[in-house]
Amino acid sequence: MLYRESGQFKTSYAADQQLFPILQDRVAVLALLAFALVGVPLVATDYWFTAILMPFLVFSLATLGLNILTGYAGQLSLGTAAFMAVGAVAAYNFQLRVPGIPILVSFVLGGLSAAAVGVLFGLPSLRIKGFYLAVATLAAQFFIPWLLVKVSWFSNYSSSGVITAQPMVIAGFAFDTPVRKYLLVLVIVAVMALAAKNMVRSRVGRAWMAVRDMDVAASVIGIRIMQTKLIAFAVSSFYCGVAGALYAFAYLGSVEPDGFNLDLSFRILFMVIIGGVGSILGSFLGAAFITLLPILLEVILTDVTAMTGISLPPGFISMAQLVVFGALIIFFLIVEPHGLARLWQIGKEKLRLWPFPH
Amino acid sequence: MNFFFEVLIGGLLAGVMYSLVALGFVLIYKASGVFNFAQGAMVFLAALTFVGLQEKFGLPLWGAFPLTLGVMVLLGIGIERVVLRPLVNQPQITLFMATIGLAFFLEGVAQIVWGTDVRRLDLGLQDEPIESIMTNFNLLVSKFDLAAAFVAGVLVAVLAVFFNKTRIGRALRAVADDHQAALAVGIPLKQIWAIVWSVAGFVALVAGLLWGARNGVQFALTFVALKALPVLILGGFESVLGAIVGGLIVGASEKLAEVYLPALMSEFLLKHYDISINLAGIEGWFAYMLALVFLLVRPEGLFGERHIDRV
Repeated sequence: MLYRESGQFKTSYAADQQLFPILQDRVAVLALLAFALVGVPLVATDYWFTAILMPFLVFSLATLGLNILTGYAGQLSLGTAAFMAVGAVAAYNFQLRVPGIPILVSFVLGGLSAAAVGVLFGLPSLRIKGFYLAVATLAAQFFIPWLLVKVSWFSNYSSSGVITAQPMVIAGFAFDTPVRKYLLVLVIVAVMALAAKNMVRSRVGRAWMAVRDMDVAASVIGIRIMQTKLIAFAVSSFYCGVAGALYAFAYLGSVEPDGFNLDLSFRILFMVIIGGVGSILGSFLGAAFITLLPILLEVILTDVTAMTGISLPPGFISMAQLVVFGALIIFFLIVEPHGLARLWQIGKEKLRLWPFPH
Repeated sequence: MNFFFEVLIGGLLAGVMYSLVALGFVLIYKASGVFNFAQGAMVFLAALTFVGLQEKFGLPLWGAFPLTLGVMVLLGIGIERVVLRPLVNQPQITLFMATIGLAFFLEGVAQIVWGTDVRRLDLGLQDEPIESIMTNFNLLVSKFDLAAAFVAGVLVAVLAVFFNKTRIGRALRAVADDHQAALAVGIPLKQIWAIVWSVAGFVALVAGLLWGARNGVQFALTFVALKALPVLILGGFESVLGAIVGGLIVGASEKLAEVYLPALMSEFLLKHYDISINLAGIEGWFAYMLALVFLLVRPEGLFGERHIDRV
């Protein structure tokens, strides 16, 4: 009843090809953005910003990056965290060594550095596929953090390799409180998500999907495999690099290269799987789910222990998280291999008919 | 020169231990086309269960072994029933991701049941040099490493016979070749998968015992499985022999690189670029880089099957 495209006639090509062809979608997206920009800062507390919203946004961006590579171009990568590390360290170094460079420019340069490294480690994808490629990207995952720790130039000769991000100032305005940081990150993520949404339906995006579905067939119809795959690696790593920079600058403040470990890569991969492989919306849903799950689990477990008076062994909560994580992944793959985004689509289909049965 | 040989032999023997873990991957990949990321978690679970049973009930080695084996077999059957059966005919990548979830699940369960402490595992083998070799060739060769290599060798031989000579082994190979054709000639697919996962559980148990006895039973055992991945790549996913050869290559080159490369590279950098860096810790990534470079030359590994893609 409410969500129905009937009566919305497209009279021009522009109208036919717009990003959200249905009026309700446009309204919903705009309302959501407006709420995130205005409503959230009014109601949320500092805890919400630093513990929930910030990691959610940063991981959404990284998930978006991995989703472009794995979901759209079909190249499995386990090196996401390494590319994030490159982005973070590069942005830090540009801030440190280039006097007067705007912070946004160093984010972009950080992303570009990550893209360059991504292309380098994407080269094997031209020869190998699937699991072989996944293992090859592990090389990046282990090599890059090692290099960043060993070559202390990257961390400006700090003893443990920890980098402490510079304050974020744009045109004299300091983004120093949680609310301001949140707004900055929100704008960056929104812009990049919009770009991604557009990219995946462009010529490049369609080429990615063709390569994903069957690369031999794609090459037969004239898609350049090498170019397509490397662009996917570059764009994906760019997103991950910017996410890494934001992770360091806006979320944590100071990071060590060892923090960008395989666990982080897996977490982002899970966000992609649970959210929906090959879906922009899914990246956000997955990131929200995986960010909220540990917090929820912890709250529930502490409540249960407080109520029943059972004292849990130390580390039980993190172990329980592992178990629930693992079980959920398997559950999702069995029940809904296309992730939360697919559930949303089913919901939309239902909504079109509601309240009538047919 | 003696030192070189010592490092080489140490590396080769360590490589055999890698092969042992890689073997578990190969078995499952051969029979069901699943790249089982949970193999490391299975190694960890097996070792932890073994030590846990020993501690809790004071069981001797020969008592804890069959019990743990029973647990692993039950686990194999359970995995087939709960995880694999609902995922039949899904793309390989879905199954791979399911095994990542499985790895998390097993790691969590193992540590909830048995605790997170580092345990010592005593198999009655000492990590000490063999005297006869010491006196005759002046080489340090660890007794423990040699025994481990021997166990691995026996295991490979047994598996080779199992795959080639027994009825179940032939069925396994048939399933690996073509699921549907195997079903058509009356091979029970579900049973076969349960068997293969149980056998992989057995291999995981052996690997877990040896690694656990060497490094202590701890969470770090799961990382050993990550080391097995470059071994697989070098050897090729489908080949038992490849797992062994790959393990030897990775083990030897890794140890040699760790001993010689950092010094050489540091010296070179200092001499030509006046940069002084301590490059120790190459071991952490060398195997992966080696595998990556190797893949560029030979994408299907040393003994892997060359795939021809058709539209």
